[in-house]
Amino acid sequence: MSVKLPIYMDNHATTPCDPRVFEAMAPYFTEIFGNAASRNHEFGWKGEEAVENARKQVADLIGASAKEIVFTSGATESDNLAVKGVAEMYYERGDHIITVVTEHKAILDTCKKLEKRGFKVTYLPVGSDGLISPDDVKNAITDKTILVSVMHVNNEIGVIQPIAEIGKVCKERGIIFHTDATQGVGKLPFNVNEFNVDLVSISAHKIYGPKGAGALYVRRKNPRVQLTSQMDGGGHERGMRSGTLNVTGIVGLGKACEIAKTDLQEETERLLRLREKLRKGIMDEIPDVYINGHATHRVPGNLNISFAYVEGESLLMGINDIAVSSGSACTSASLEPSYVLKALGVGEELAHSSIRFGLGRFNTEEEVDYTIGRVNEAVNRLRELSPLWEMVQEGVDLSKVQWAGE
Amino acid sequence: MSYSDKVLEHYNNPRNVGSLDKKAPNVGTGLVGAPECGDVMKLQIQVNPETNVIEDARFKTFGCGSAIASSSLATEWLKGRSVDEALEIKNTEIVKELNLPPVKIHCSVLAEDAIKAAVRDYQQKQSETEQTEEAAVNA
Repeated sequence: MSVKLPIYMDNHATTPCDPRVFEAMAPYFTEIFGNAASRNHEFGWKGEEAVENARKQVADLIGASAKEIVFTSGATESDNLAVKGVAEMYYERGDHIITVVTEHKAILDTCKKLEKRGFKVTYLPVGSDGLISPDDVKNAITDKTILVSVMHVNNEIGVIQPIAEIGKVCKERGIIFHTDATQGVGKLPFNVNEFNVDLVSISAHKIYGPKGAGALYVRRKNPRVQLTSQMDGGGHERGMRSGTLNVTGIVGLGKACEIAKTDLQEETERLLRLREKLRKGIMDEIPDVYINGHATHRVPGNLNISFAYVEGESLLMGINDIAVSSGSACTSASLEPSYVLKALGVGEELAHSSIRFGLGRFNTEEEVDYTIGRVNEAVNRLRELSPLWEMVQEGVDLSKVQWAGE
Repeated sequence: MSYSDKVLEHYNNPRNVGSLDKKAPNVGTGLVGAPECGDVMKLQIQVNPETNVIEDARFKTFGCGSAIASSSLATEWLKGRSVDEALEIKNTEIVKELNLPPVKIHCSVLAEDAIKAAVRDYQQKQSETEQTEEAAVNA
């Protein structure tokens, strides 16, 4: 069977809209276009009905009640609303926030902004597997701590943080617990009560829904979490997020959640099988390849590996009919290698050599086979071109070399 | 990032990949960059000591496509030039030839550094050889 090129294997960045999602959304562009806040006519009622149906679909996926779902424009907004909303609402109770160095920038930059406003933020380090332990959180809590924010699944290395255990710690201490579950919800079982989470950020386009739609779960009972709104206006979403609801996007998010819930088990097994095939196909064939992050505490579709002695961007060029991403500095605007890999203690040389494969719903076994062949061929070719590979073959210890550029 | 056709051409068909005998007295080796920075270039020249002309040039590069292309191009330009002419190669010429974007200029700088380092290594070896020969004559 021939493979259609190029292959999309960057499903952590975004996912294609599932045709079933697109189909559900279609009528809401043209026929059912009413403003969900128009209370006095049928057009509005139909919009509202669609939104409330979606709210239920999102809630069902995470074991919440529909009233606890606030629609946003995506996970970045959800993160901002959660962190700034809690900070502004509870600042009289305390000024301390705990988060993790490997969080998404939507959390880290939000926390940095709050630091400028006088809040104190603890950035917990991670182990070489990319994980924190619940004890790290416990030990960082002070009587001024008002919020703990720990991501569910890391967007680069796919590792799964022990959310339920951290939730338990926060619950015992009565501290609000937020998780950015953008990469986890819809891909792993998720239950707000089992995990003891109070705020959860969700994005539609990471789970085969449309871009520009997301949600924030806000716990209403035990405890009732209140947020200071970040977007003010017509008082939509119980005053927490004003702005005319993106009915079409919300319908898409709802449908995406419904499909994710139904297909979760089957999709997990299939992606795990493909991921392991990819991992073995590369790592059994090529020496000096290292997995970044914990080998098994990882979301099924993620494989983040470093190919020693080969620079990431040049490898991307060598496999240019496969869309993946790299932690190499050369692929980022900042010219710094991935801060996530650095936080794991991965040497900068290996950070430059990292590739993130993100398998998703629409990847096939043929695509994985093709990818294995292309990657192995490109790595071998680039190693023949690599002075580092040559030095290592000659028995040189690279760590003992005095590099001219240092 | 999109690459110029010339960068792609050098990346797909790099010229003069390989290694020369770094112990040979008429071979100069330049090793520049650092793995932590994501770029390491090894550039070698083989010089005819009679004519001072570079007869062969080889490279190996760990780095992005632009770094590979810059060093590949450098070896092409080096062959047939005298050692003094080699030192006249400027990074800006490499930038121009490969249409490197601003963010990739450091690749061309590294290639220029590699040329200079290779020439320096060759010249140092030559002066050592001369000294040894002088010593032999004087003995």
